[in-house]
Amino acid sequence: MSDKLKVTIDGTTIEVDKGTTILQAARMIGKNYPPAMCYYTPLKNTGGKCRVCLVKVAQASEANPRPMPKLVASCLTQVEQGMVVENETSPEVLEARNGVVEFLLINHPLDCPVCDQAGECDLQNLSFDHGKGITRYEEGRREFEKIDIGSKVQLHMTRCILCYRCVYLADQLTEKRVHGVINRGDVSEISTYIQNAIENDFSGNIIDVCPVGALTDKTYRFKQRVWFSKPFDAHRNCSKCSGKTVLWMKGDDIIRVTSRKDKFGEVIDFICNECRYDHKNPADWVIEGPRHIEDTSVISANKYELPVVSPAVNVDAKFVSE
Amino acid sequence: MGKKILLEHVDVPGIQTLEVYRKMGGYQAVEKALKSMNPDEVVEEVKKSGLRGRGGAGFPTGMKWSFLDKKSDKPRYLVCNADESEPGTFKDRYLMQRIPHMLIEGMICSSFALGARTSYIYVRGEMMYVIRILEKAIAEAYAAGLLGKNILGSDYSLDLYVQPGGGAYICGEETALLESLEGKRGNPRNKPPFPAVWGLYGCPTVVNNVETIADVPWIINHGGDAYAAIGIGKSTGTKLISACGNIKKPGVYEIELGVPVEEFIYSDEYCGGITEGRKLKAVVAGGSSVPILPADLILTTANNEKRLMTYESLSDGGFVSGTMLGSGGFIVFDDRQCIVRNLWNFSRFYHHESCGQCSPCREGTGWMEKVLHRIEHGHGKMSDIDLLVDVAKKIEGKTICPLGEAAAWPVASAIRHFRAEFEEHVRNPDSCLKKHLHREAALAH
Repeated sequence: MSDKLKVTIDGTTIEVDKGTTILQAARMIGKNYPPAMCYYTPLKNTGGKCRVCLVKVAQASEANPRPMPKLVASCLTQVEQGMVVENETSPEVLEARNGVVEFLLINHPLDCPVCDQAGECDLQNLSFDHGKGITRYEEGRREFEKIDIGSKVQLHMTRCILCYRCVYLADQLTEKRVHGVINRGDVSEISTYIQNAIENDFSGNIIDVCPVGALTDKTYRFKQRVWFSKPFDAHRNCSKCSGKTVLWMKGDDIIRVTSRKDKFGEVIDFICNECRYDHKNPADWVIEGPRHIEDTSVISANKYELPVVSPAVNVDAKFVSE
Repeated sequence: MGKKILLEHVDVPGIQTLEVYRKMGGYQAVEKALKSMNPDEVVEEVKKSGLRGRGGAGFPTGMKWSFLDKKSDKPRYLVCNADESEPGTFKDRYLMQRIPHMLIEGMICSSFALGARTSYIYVRGEMMYVIRILEKAIAEAYAAGLLGKNILGSDYSLDLYVQPGGGAYICGEETALLESLEGKRGNPRNKPPFPAVWGLYGCPTVVNNVETIADVPWIINHGGDAYAAIGIGKSTGTKLISACGNIKKPGVYEIELGVPVEEFIYSDEYCGGITEGRKLKAVVAGGSSVPILPADLILTTANNEKRLMTYESLSDGGFVSGTMLGSGGFIVFDDRQCIVRNLWNFSRFYHHESCGQCSPCREGTGWMEKVLHRIEHGHGKMSDIDLLVDVAKKIEGKTICPLGEAAAWPVASAIRHFRAEFEEHVRNPDSCLKKHLHREAALAH
């Protein structure tokens, strides 16, 4: 096929269609792909903002074998025939990524112990992979009051990393966007400006696309640590959306309903607010079976599935062995 | 006296009006271009002139024009970037305020060359008085048949609008400017695609600085070769330099590119030397975002050659011992000035003006400002100096637009050349602080 382009990422060569970005090609290879905090495949025009997916292009193309002068955002840069990309094999990339993680964290409250997102937080995973255990930042952090945007969603701007995903989502999925980014620089914030409520059938999806704990489900706040709940694939007949969801159960109770995400943490089908909030009775759903959360998150460690013979002994043994 | 292209008639009384401007030879270029040239010939002359973008980057204008997507059947736009807000740069304001018709003439000629039927002048919102002057001049031009339908009886029509910005430095970045012009938040776009392909309203667009466009009529009147004959090497023509700081004669000067820096600072034709006969300490040669250079390196290069006011000579030595011509904001510091305090001031500016779209710039500019504030106010540590260098390095080249570099370069260069001063602030914070308070109290009187 002449339309296919050959690209080499970290030594692995893959053939992709024209128009594929470096990040997509790397995801096709399937290992050590660049992280992404703002880019979101289901939403158009996202990407380029967080700068964690920067990669080094060691050879721009077969025709132009020179390297690109700067690191490029892999989520936006399209591959060329014969392009050679260095991601985790380039110390320059790793250092830059380390720098971006540090920048993202300097104004982040690091309140993971009380944050509902902990355990399924992209920033947490990113910091674990590319951050340092220490901070060099000694100045004050920016802080915002928590605000309710709509009856079911709470905005905790202090945690926000300004990925703009929720803004693009409101633009592309709902009829009228009533929130956006106001102010600029490190005091810019997601806001409805005059405390407008975001109320429409698909507004709940901003919770799912938020990579951090800035937008959280008020019906789920402080109910459970995510790794102690059991996710099940389920569906129901819904006139507004596909009805395909994940039910997060605690015992026999549904404590949360979310959309299904793929292994890159991206929503497969956006779900409506009725499915998300109004059907917490298991009888409303056809349960398909347990959902295996991929990726390396604590959820996929499936701790809750471990056979617990004698909890005290097990835990101690684990600590000793590590 | 050097050749004057832009400011030749600046002191003629009434030059703001169409009548006087025409009497001094104004709008001849429009007549010549529309009646005896085709658009490609105009582009060719500009290419020959070697004119380079005067907004700061110094990219060849003719080449930028030739990138315009001619195959597209969408309308094309010319946008003039008059969002001049770099600290130390005030040349465009002066030009628009004093000779508004020169910019309008340039806009007509350039729009004709590019095939634009609608053009915009995006003016920084703080300069309302300039906007009023421009609007008055545009109304005069419309009345005289120089704008609107069938200009001067030709089949070329052009509408020209002035758009006030909201007062954000970032909207001087060309893609942020286009976003703002479209009525959106002024966030720079990811590139590619560049404006030549995907610009205003998704149409092919050229964005040029005020001074660049104002140079075009002279090039049409006298030919590209005549323009290229002025200056040295690839730095052709003249350049407006806005000089300020501790000099006897601050102001806007038009220089032939190639004037030695020493002559520019000390000759009576230009800055007239340092105030009160003091010693030169440092110079920021091209607006606050270019690297600062100490006296010895600004006057001579590291190879002991005389430093000239050209793109090449000023950047000789790269970032180790050179700087950039930039936008021509020439800031001179005498030996009383504190580099740390100045740098904190610059950093505060970039912190305030970062759009907040991409993480390194949003977070890094604030971090650098806070650390510099601490050092300046007596709470610095030795490790802060290396921290600043490292933060600057982690911003530089990682951002969507050049504001990241603009914020990082001053920090990196000030510490590179004046590290001892930073260390002195850490070691003896009280005496440094007292000195500043004393000087500021004196200035207040």
